[in-house]
Amino acid sequence: MSLMQSTRPLDPWRWLGLPALVCVAGTFLFAVPIKVFGLQLPEPVLPMILAFAWAVIRPSVIAPFLLVLLGLFLDLFWGGPLGLWGVSLLVSYTVVLASRSIMTGQSRPMRQVWFASATALTMLTGFLITSVVSLAVPNLLSVFWQFLATTVLYPFAHRLIERFEDADVRFR
Amino acid sequence: MSFRDRSNFDMKVPLTWTAGVAVIIAAVIGVALLLGDRRETLQVQAYGVTKNVVDTLSAPVSSTLATPGRWTGNVFDLVRDYFLAGAQNHGLREEINDLHAWQDKAIALQNENQRLRAVLGLKTDPPIPMVTAHVIADSRGPFADSRLANVGRELGVTVGNPVMSDRGLIGRVIGVGHDVSRILLLTDIASRTPVVIDRTNARAILSGDGGPNPKLAYMRGQEPVKVGDRVLTSGDGGVFPRGLPVGVAVQGLDGAWRVRLDADSSPIDFVRILLFTDFSQIAEQKDAMTSALPPLSTADAAEVAGKVKAMSAPPTAASPKAGPAATADAQATAKTLANALAASKAKPAPKQPPQPSPATTPPPDDDTP
Repeated sequence: MSLMQSTRPLDPWRWLGLPALVCVAGTFLFAVPIKVFGLQLPEPVLPMILAFAWAVIRPSVIAPFLLVLLGLFLDLFWGGPLGLWGVSLLVSYTVVLASRSIMTGQSRPMRQVWFASATALTMLTGFLITSVVSLAVPNLLSVFWQFLATTVLYPFAHRLIERFEDADVRFR
Repeated sequence: MSFRDRSNFDMKVPLTWTAGVAVIIAAVIGVALLLGDRRETLQVQAYGVTKNVVDTLSAPVSSTLATPGRWTGNVFDLVRDYFLAGAQNHGLREEINDLHAWQDKAIALQNENQRLRAVLGLKTDPPIPMVTAHVIADSRGPFADSRLANVGRELGVTVGNPVMSDRGLIGRVIGVGHDVSRILLLTDIASRTPVVIDRTNARAILSGDGGPNPKLAYMRGQEPVKVGDRVLTSGDGGVFPRGLPVGVAVQGLDGAWRVRLDADSSPIDFVRILLFTDFSQIAEQKDAMTSALPPLSTADAAEVAGKVKAMSAPPTAASPKAGPAATADAQATAKTLANALAASKAKPAPKQPPQPSPATTPPPDDDTP
């Protein structure tokens, strides 16, 4: 019985739909205009968790389109140029997907380094696109802060990977 | 045998390949979106229907989330104020001492200003109507800095309206829905604002870069700015009215001149949207609508046309005119033209067809000799 369950394909809603909705809700939450002790809330790129975790868990046809949709949501909600976050997230998703065989069996700290590298790649893509679109260089310190705020979210990506990595034995 | 049971159709494309194709298609969609976006123009048309719909839909959600956030924020402020009461008291006493000196200076300057205005016969600008709005969402990343406010078209907000906090300018409206507006902050990388240094009257463009302190670009002159100089909107280009407080000049670690925004020192919950569109709003509408174009009769027009034709004709060998003779002739022509125009002004104005719009009406010709 357990073997049958393990060979059953993953339900896309559980590993794609629900996490995507949680990311959208989290983005709304972080956009609340409050200051805590005079400091504003950070603005992490929550869908970065999904761009990394989805690519590590298994290849998927729906995931890249969902990432573009999430990127579109970020662009519209944050007021940036359309396509900025869609393309940025997709770049790191592609790189992680291509190198997922290297990541298999890696320790948690090593995966965290991979996550930080993927986040850096996303930020670099965003930096380059914004430079070209706006004909101005974004503030590097602000880029770094957003990178840092996103990198510390690795535990959520780890939890998602641990939850679904072995759910479909065909992709172990 | 069903169609699916045939052995030739039992082949399955590997999921990795299918996923790769999906990535490529998704990337093409993303790039197409990026190329199709015209955000940098910051025009009314560039802020498309999709963006307006998303703003309108996210407004109630953000508003609901912001309410407990504001309460929590107030609690944090109370805790901070409690622990920092001593230091704040000390700082406020020093500030009051400074302000007493400024108050004396301001009274003297106000008095002098009033007298000078009276002497020059200057009219002060009429106040600009404004609406107060609540900020319900706030994006503050390196690639986009904007806010969502809970008033929109219903209260007369339009694209381009300047937005201020209680301390200074924070940006301008770039998108308007029925009851929601998107504000582009001065810190956004796409923001460009014409400003003036109050002390030297030097012009500059305040350019956002996604950081907290936007840059002062395109400054001219020798030492146009010093640390601590007040920066105001210049009114150049007509996007903002002149004299709105922006901030104080500071020098960044990279050596570039930047502005510490006044708006940073105040809470970010309320904003004021100035219902300012352009300078014609400030000017006396009655004067702008009046056409003072002097009427010109057909006979005068023919005479003027003849004179102009004679002046523009090249000198011929039969009637060579040069030097003082030509100057005298030109003076005589100018005198005749002046007389013709003066005479036409003195005549009662014939009924003219209605002007199409004030924008197409030529300006009043008060400098006519």
